[in-house]
Amino acid sequence: MTISEILRSALHGLSANRLRSALTILGILIGVGAVILLVAVGNGSSVAVQKRLENLGTNTLTVSSNGGGLFRAGGGSSQTTAQSLTLAIAQALASKDSAPDVASVSPVQSTSATIAYGTTSESVTVTGTVPSYLASGNWTVSSGRAFTTSEVNAHRRVALLGATTASDLFATASPVGKTASLGGVRFTVIGVLGKKDSNGPEDSNSVVIAPLSTVRDALAGYGALSSITVQAASKDVVTAAQNEVTTILDQALGVTDSTQATYRVMNASQLLATVTSTSQTFTVLLGAVAAISLLVGGIGVTNIMLVSVTERTREIGIRKALGAQRATILAQFLAEATILSLIGGALGVAAGVVGANFTIYGTKPVVVPASILLAFGVSAAIGLFFGSMPANRAARLLPVEALRYQ
Amino acid sequence: MIDIRAVTKVYGVGEATVHALRGVDLTILPGEYVAVVGASGSGKSTLMNVLGCLDVPTSGRYLLEGLDVAGMDEHALALVRNRRIGFVFQSFNLIPRTTALANVELPMAYAKVPRRERRERAMAALELVGMANRSHHAPQQLSGGQQQRVAIARSLVMAPSLILADEPTGNLDSASTGEVLAVLDALQRAGRTIVVITHEEHVVRHAQRQVLLRDGRILADEAVFAA
Repeated sequence: MTISEILRSALHGLSANRLRSALTILGILIGVGAVILLVAVGNGSSVAVQKRLENLGTNTLTVSSNGGGLFRAGGGSSQTTAQSLTLAIAQALASKDSAPDVASVSPVQSTSATIAYGTTSESVTVTGTVPSYLASGNWTVSSGRAFTTSEVNAHRRVALLGATTASDLFATASPVGKTASLGGVRFTVIGVLGKKDSNGPEDSNSVVIAPLSTVRDALAGYGALSSITVQAASKDVVTAAQNEVTTILDQALGVTDSTQATYRVMNASQLLATVTSTSQTFTVLLGAVAAISLLVGGIGVTNIMLVSVTERTREIGIRKALGAQRATILAQFLAEATILSLIGGALGVAAGVVGANFTIYGTKPVVVPASILLAFGVSAAIGLFFGSMPANRAARLLPVEALRYQ
Repeated sequence: MIDIRAVTKVYGVGEATVHALRGVDLTILPGEYVAVVGASGSGKSTLMNVLGCLDVPTSGRYLLEGLDVAGMDEHALALVRNRRIGFVFQSFNLIPRTTALANVELPMAYAKVPRRERRERAMAALELVGMANRSHHAPQQLSGGQQQRVAIARSLVMAPSLILADEPTGNLDSASTGEVLAVLDALQRAGRTIVVITHEEHVVRHAQRQVLLRDGRILADEAVFAA
């Protein structure tokens, strides 16, 4: 028998029990679909987290003081002042000699205030900083312009609004050139920031960015800085820059024991690596659960083929009496099992890819092409593997006994 | 044609041992029409299985057209069944849900006969048994007699040395029995070798020779005189 005849005969055999074949296919479909979809969900959430972290800037370091009391409950106030981040420290970090891998240093003073324009007002996060902060934080200016270093030095009352703040206060009108009240002080809006993906439950676009000097004058006062954003010269020297920053900070803050440090340096790319590996574990876990359902589907194939072999014992006997070789019988039943699992696999791939177009629990699944190949390949292998036992049983039947079977 | 010497067949082991054949010698010449008769349990089904290469004898020698079949492996036996033996069973044993034509083509498919030739030979065989006009009917759409005639077409399509019929009329009414026996008679006249296993007297009368089995031995081997 030629291959096409074996396939035709297998299809003929399968069509004799349409419902049974369809249910078996459904088992494989669910397994393959689940593998593709769940891996896509895991991958999608990992992609989303990576995107958010990349928004922070992968070559930036954030230096913040180690919470006055959160980690060091006994820390006195004088000590805190002595060890807090100051402008002088920020300037030391910008030194080209001791920190050659640092591209820019942006001191940040943040606070919250109420912004008001006309009759509308809302609470926003106000970030007082210098122009380099925009670049290191991946901020863009969508309309108007950013403030300049000379405006920082001149204590100009100018501000950039986040996209949400701008639309909340000014609706569709352009805020550029308008004067708004920020914490009771009048600021001129000189630009609107480009929209940024949110880093969590808070809206990243509900912000006001203004010159550091102005924010300290008008709102926050001249206390310690909230944080210092350091941008490394490139992605590759982030670790070197971090070491330089740490050395300078240890000196400036008099830290001798690194476990007693009063500051911490957050490295976005390190965070990215951690989160990526976590979400990979998550993806593998989801994939494993899905793989179990694929396995169950495969056992379904074995089960149905065993039933089929038993039911058709007599037919096998007739075929053998007519001169069918063991290999021919084996091929026929293997072909049936493989066709079942390949159809299930193809439909499962379709179902998985279609399903991945929907947002699931706030995650937009991103299909991993390898998972399609893998799931489809595994379903074909399942046909061969799980079909081989029943097919072997059929092929081994003795013609006399198979013919005697009622 | 067929020459078996001291063939025995033992089933089971220990106390459950059954001696189905206890040393059978039989020679069948080409073109003979032989009826094997005997009560149930006489060993005639076992003899049929051995003659049809569906089962191998425990001991003894079996020459089919000078070919020693007794020592053959499974693969070679399948070839022998395919090329040299045509089976007609009591319960017809057509493949269900498969047309008469496809059923007749099946042995040729296993013999890798080209598709076109297969179709022609299958149609010719169906013509011979008067079933050409039913070639696209599935077994369940045919009467018992018609099914058995399709089965006979299938058994002769490979031009086998031997046609083995096991109670070919056992499940048929008298009209169908007449048709089937007429087809077998025609085959015999065309020079085919036929061995029919039966316990029906009127079937035996169509044969030229009858072999009576009892308890696994041949009790009588004599010519049949047409009434």
